[in-house]
Amino acid sequence: MTPPRAEPELAVELRGITKRFPGTLANDAVDLTVRRGEIHALMGENGAGKSTLMSVLYGMERPDAGTVRIDGRETRFTSPGDAMAAGLGMVHQSFKLFDSLTVAENVVYAAEPRRFGLVDRAAARDRVRALAEEHGLAVDPDARVGDLPVGLRQRVEILKLLHRGARTLVLDEPTAVLTPAEADALFSVLKSLTAQGRTVILVTHKLREVLEGSDRVTVLRDGRVVARLVTADTTADEIAAAMTGRAVRLDRIHAPGTPGDAVLDVTGFGTDSVHDVDLTVHAGEIVGIAGVAGNGQSELIEALAGLRPVTAGRVTLAGDDITHASATERRARGLAYVPEDRHAVGTAPAATVADNLAMGHHRTSLSSRGLLPPAAVRAHARRLVERFGIKAATTEVPASALSGGNLQKLLIGRELAHDAPLLLVEQPTRGVDIGAIQNIHDQLIAYRDAGHAVLLVSAELSEIRGLADRVLVMYEGRIAASYPKGEADERTLGLAMAGAPVPAAKATEAVD
Amino acid sequence: MFLDPDLLMSALRALTPILLAALGGALCERAGVFNIGLEGMMLMGCFTSVATSWFTGSPWLGVLAAALAAAAYSLILAVGAVTLRGDAVVLGIAMNLLAVGLTSFLLRTVFGVQGTFDDPSLAGLPLIGGFTPLAYLSWAAVAVAALLLSRHVWGLRLRGVGEAPDAAATLGVRPASYQYGVILLSGVLCGLAGAQLALGNVTLFTENMTAGRGWIAVVAVMLGRAAPLGVLLAALLFGLAEAAGFRLQGLGLPQQATDAAPYVVTLGALFLTTARRRRRPRTRSSGARS
Repeated sequence: MTPPRAEPELAVELRGITKRFPGTLANDAVDLTVRRGEIHALMGENGAGKSTLMSVLYGMERPDAGTVRIDGRETRFTSPGDAMAAGLGMVHQSFKLFDSLTVAENVVYAAEPRRFGLVDRAAARDRVRALAEEHGLAVDPDARVGDLPVGLRQRVEILKLLHRGARTLVLDEPTAVLTPAEADALFSVLKSLTAQGRTVILVTHKLREVLEGSDRVTVLRDGRVVARLVTADTTADEIAAAMTGRAVRLDRIHAPGTPGDAVLDVTGFGTDSVHDVDLTVHAGEIVGIAGVAGNGQSELIEALAGLRPVTAGRVTLAGDDITHASATERRARGLAYVPEDRHAVGTAPAATVADNLAMGHHRTSLSSRGLLPPAAVRAHARRLVERFGIKAATTEVPASALSGGNLQKLLIGRELAHDAPLLLVEQPTRGVDIGAIQNIHDQLIAYRDAGHAVLLVSAELSEIRGLADRVLVMYEGRIAASYPKGEADERTLGLAMAGAPVPAAKATEAVD
Repeated sequence: MFLDPDLLMSALRALTPILLAALGGALCERAGVFNIGLEGMMLMGCFTSVATSWFTGSPWLGVLAAALAAAAYSLILAVGAVTLRGDAVVLGIAMNLLAVGLTSFLLRTVFGVQGTFDDPSLAGLPLIGGFTPLAYLSWAAVAVAALLLSRHVWGLRLRGVGEAPDAAATLGVRPASYQYGVILLSGVLCGLAGAQLALGNVTLFTENMTAGRGWIAVVAVMLGRAAPLGVLLAALLFGLAEAAGFRLQGLGLPQQATDAAPYVVTLGALFLTTARRRRRPRTRSSGARS
């Protein structure tokens, strides 16, 4: 036995974790060591094995080999309850909350303070208030969770773990749904938690917050650890290169386009939750709409796509009034649409890749006397799969078998293939790998450069800044600010998104 | 002159079986199990209570046996829907159909009669202040269920299980055990409902004697939004409709028309609730219910 070295105490120690699923080696002898009191980022693209590793840690998957130690003790969890009892808690990417219950009920659920067998509601409320106070996680204990914005729901998730005395918190993609300001607030909470000796494991693929918020980074690729980095000594490019296995240029600001005639013209536009919107998108131009989710962007785009009634104003597409046209008519006149929810709206997951690629084209290029010749459908699918680099075993597998990035490529490819003068695109790269993001961005720029108009809605400010020739900010259903390319940094946009008053000159100058 | 104390009394008598069954259905609903097998479980309770009371001479043993038999019968739903993850609607319908056939068959083999078993020496439940003890029990059950659901640890966990079983599981609560619990409890309550019907409201067994009361209980669950007090009000509505039906019969309306009263009220109630639900904006789907 070697004498113990003066090493920092380890909160979590995974050694040689191997987990095999039919056909894939999800984790291949992975070591992960997390020191007590640090924020440790676990990074990797989709499918790199992060989720599997966390499932093993949390007792939801049994590893084929390897050991798990929590606070130095070897453990074998058989259920999430065991992990919780050992002081390990997880905030899942899709929150595990009860919408119809109150904040206090959610926090104490399955660990309730009791009086005579009944839930002691006063004690539960006090407990929530005390924890909220102590950790800067203010939230009303009596609010119904379903009524809360996502930022506050996340606080409820964290409070839930703290109530159970979690010493190590695992957060899976915690900022995917947050505004920049909410994300900053989250990180200050996490820092205060680690200052108290708690440990945070951050599972994410967002580089910016890893660089700003973490102490050390472990990068996974193809189920193996490919890099262990100290955040202070690394760069975004180094992490990205480790994640993808090649050099990637991040946060590229693409060259501006050359706008031509107006394609989409919207004046005095309103729906139930959008008011007084004026905007114009020209051929050869990308107009980006930034904003916190829920400020009317989705409603605006859905109304423009013909999926939601317009209550005020006028919309023209290449000079034709389409204010009250149906979705079908709009498409016939030259509109393509990439919806936000690629699973429920954008594609039919149970249908094959070929059928998904045919959807929409069934009215136009693929239709032959009202029939869809299978050979034409297959040929069309093969063309698009090749052109957009969609990775699918065959075009006959169901779309649900594709990874998120490939499904998104399928959706975007299908819509771009219409060659429509106007493309509406929402959240083109949400939950998509860095490699695929680059590909999708290049496709959108190429589409613009071919003389098409693009209206882009994205929650990723770097995406908006990189792609858009003009940036609009939506707040509470209105266009709150407008900036030409390169004139707004993330801070300015973040403030406008949060509803801060925008200097009048800046706000109006770019509205034409 | 129409809404008088007599009518209310007969409404309260008529509602007991519906209320007991609907309370069971409401608990299942809260745990995320859509239980439409109430009718079948109730019918099993009717037969078991009559047969047991006949052979033992004790209506109380009849009540107990009905509760046990219907609970055992409810295992079909528990195993099928929770353990084997089958479709609760299909299972419930199958249970209802099976119960009709099974009780008719048993009526022939055990009593050697067809249609109705009726005997003056068959012991029914005693009346206390005009109601059977089961009627008082059903009212108490409303209060107990309301308290359990809103204030008790078990009720909180149950509501969580019904709303988001995954979330409950991550907190160490096993949804399946709660779902088994409420399904068995609904079996017990439906068994009591059947005993009330066959040894309380009348003292006999007739093939398919539940005559849709279990289905009406399902509607009461929906109408009362699966809350015990809401279910009580909905059951009262159906009790009034049934009592009013008898009354109208006395006024010379044909029996076929008056017998339809509870079902007409059910249809109306379903229309109203669906219309109300349609008008509400779409919300994110919750839970695994179809």
